[in-house]
Amino acid sequence: MPPEPDAVLRAAAEPYPAAGRYELEVNGVRREVSDAWLGESLLFVLRERLGLPGSKNACEQGECGSCSVLLDGVVVCACLVLAVDAVGSSVQTVEGLSAAGEVADIQAALVEAGGVQCGFCTPGFVVAVHDLLSRRPDADDLEVREALSGNLCRCTGYGRILEAVRSVQRARAGATGGASARA
Amino acid sequence: MRVAPVALPGTVAEAVRALTEAPGAQLLAGGTDFCVEVNFGLRRPPAVVALRRVRELRRCEVTERRVVIGAGTTYTDMAAPELAGALPALAAAARTVGSPQIRNAGTLGGNVATASPAGDTLPVLAALDARVTLQGPDGERTVPLPEVVTGVKRTSIAPDEVVVRVEVDRPRGHQQFLKVGTRNAMVIAIASAAVVVDLEARRVRVALGSVAPVPVRAGDAEAHISDAIDWGAKDGPRASEAAVARFGELVAAAASPITDHRSTAEYRRRAVQVIARRALERCVARAA
Repeated sequence: MPPEPDAVLRAAAEPYPAAGRYELEVNGVRREVSDAWLGESLLFVLRERLGLPGSKNACEQGECGSCSVLLDGVVVCACLVLAVDAVGSSVQTVEGLSAAGEVADIQAALVEAGGVQCGFCTPGFVVAVHDLLSRRPDADDLEVREALSGNLCRCTGYGRILEAVRSVQRARAGATGGASARA
Repeated sequence: MRVAPVALPGTVAEAVRALTEAPGAQLLAGGTDFCVEVNFGLRRPPAVVALRRVRELRRCEVTERRVVIGAGTTYTDMAAPELAGALPALAAAARTVGSPQIRNAGTLGGNVATASPAGDTLPVLAALDARVTLQGPDGERTVPLPEVVTGVKRTSIAPDEVVVRVEVDRPRGHQQFLKVGTRNAMVIAIASAAVVVDLEARRVRVALGSVAPVPVRAGDAEAHISDAIDWGAKDGPRASEAAVARFGELVAAAASPITDHRSTAEYRRRAVQVIARRALERCVARAA
């Protein structure tokens, strides 16, 4: 059944329908969102409504990875998630990867290896590396490159970012006394 | 569960009901096309029915003769061992989509319903003679892919219908998918080709992407190469160099590409000839 012309007209008369009041679970905390527009992305809501600017806003089309977050534990671009569609899911941002005021080992390794220059892409890389190493702790070079292929960096040329990933793998393998990471 | 004007249904039936109750509502699957259009102001949905929670849409079934893929299956799932073992060309196409972030979100049903000429799974589905099942207020209907994808971003899907699943027979024989773009990651196809060999029917099927408004089956190329192949050779089908070259020419003739911001018609026609021939050569040995 095609939409009733009336309803379409009513919808058109309200160009930015409100999404109502809803709750998101972000970094383990329930956060209320109100007065939002239906079409707001999760990235926009995180940055502009919930005060979490770690996820960066660059391309708004899923090309650059700088807004990478974990949605129910799966890495996605927050710019391509409709915020209201994250209701009932767990959202983890770069801010939630380490305790407040602390630096995650991936972040420290990126600084140490010179994998941070302007720093804009860094939060996205931190989330993508976190996701990869939690699934594949001893990922080889090819897997690392594949896992980071959706994250653009215009400064470093990637070599030092890859070195940072290898150093995290070595440190974690050493710390647990487990199988050594493939260098 | 509802957050007006957003419906977050848990079943297909609830999704269909939400579409009929909120005329003009737009279906949201993985969001990898939808949200870009919203972000850029090209789409302003009056209401949204989001399908991410519909578990039945993620159900897949692999049997000896047949594969059923739920419309909510992500590219990541298509490239994972269970489906990749059954449909290697579909897995190869899924692996070329976007980035890990995109592949974790985008779905097969979304690729079909978006109907982009560059939709990477579409040539594979076309080569496999895929059937698409849609569900609306009056129940389900199952139609061949070409009856669903009718033009550039145009489909025969009614506003109150949901793509539920895609079904293909599972041919015995090699399959290949190849794609040309400006780089290896995060790239939209300039041209693509899927080749499927069916050893029992003694047929080669080939479909092309990004070289016409909809996925194209190269029927003349299929008929030519299926006749030219020596199917009885004991180490698998074989074809002569001349037969393979002719196959490439007939593939190029089946394309009707355009020049746009990504490439030229001339390059696309040449590229699709080369990749279709290469895909065939990976499936069929060279005869002396």
